[in-house]
Amino acid sequence: MNITVNGEPHQVADSTTVKQLLEEVQIPLTRVAVEINLEIAPKATYAERTLQDGDRIEIVHFVGGG
Amino acid sequence: MAQGRLTIAGREFNSRLMVGTGKYASNEQMVAALEASGAEIITVAVRRVNLAEMGKGCMLDYIDPKKYALLPNTAGCYSADEAIRTCRLAREAGISDMVKLEVLGDEKTLFPDNEETLKAAKVLVAEGFTVLPYCSDDVILCKKLEQLGCAAVMPLAAPIGSGLGIRNPYNIKLIMEAVKVPVIVDAGVGTASDAAVAMELGCDGILMNTAIAGAKDPVAMARAMRLGVEAGRLAYEAGRIPKKLYATASSPLTDLIGS
Repeated sequence: MNITVNGEPHQVADSTTVKQLLEEVQIPLTRVAVEINLEIAPKATYAERTLQDGDRIEIVHFVGGG
Repeated sequence: MAQGRLTIAGREFNSRLMVGTGKYASNEQMVAALEASGAEIITVAVRRVNLAEMGKGCMLDYIDPKKYALLPNTAGCYSADEAIRTCRLAREAGISDMVKLEVLGDEKTLFPDNEETLKAAKVLVAEGFTVLPYCSDDVILCKKLEQLGCAAVMPLAAPIGSGLGIRNPYNIKLIMEAVKVPVIVDAGVGTASDAAVAMELGCDGILMNTAIAGAKDPVAMARAMRLGVEAGRLAYEAGRIPKKLYATASSPLTDLIGS
């Protein structure tokens, strides 16, 4: 199915979880935050939360800033 | 040097200098500058993960979370909604609810949009965030931010990254008289004497990034800033002499060698 990750089109298998997506793109689970269709996905839900076709995902982390 | 500690929302800090983590030539240089600054609170920005560069490690790999309290900012946000969204993400990504609220109004000056800042502060305080807002050096505004429940106010000294120093020390003084929460000068300092001036005014703290990261030798400037902040704070606590127009002799005026 097709989802959008950080503004870019992305393909994942059906019933992919947030945790699987993060593993696939090699992002450590700590120190990131995930938003699905403008709503925060709490860390505790990554393993169960399955993605739906058309979901818009934002994955953010901390970078240098003032 | 026994200096009073800085307390923000019940948390105590030995250092009154807060520094940003942007614009360094390398992560190694940043780490060395942070160390030299003695800062305990460091600001970070919240950005999309670059999927193409994953696996290469990130900035936080270089920062000891036990040593520094991370203060995520909302830099780059131009509306209350964007800033609120960024704070929620920051809280989920991090470990604390302390945020530097920064809602910009204009790309050229990077001056804050104070109206949007007030709006965002209200929502964030209600959601349990410890809100440290970057704002104009305006007494009434700072009083309003305090009333909304902000944990500190962070008036600018001059435009972000300008290095112009404390442009309106009288406003900063008025703000300190008007609010009980810590007053932290955020943005605009250029060199150590600017930091000392801010602290001599009685500011509770100072936050800077470009003045250190943009210096020819950021690590040396970080140390200079640390000393400037300490010197300024000590001078404030020591209580300076009043300014007078005429001289007062330092040596006794009696028992002079006569003719």
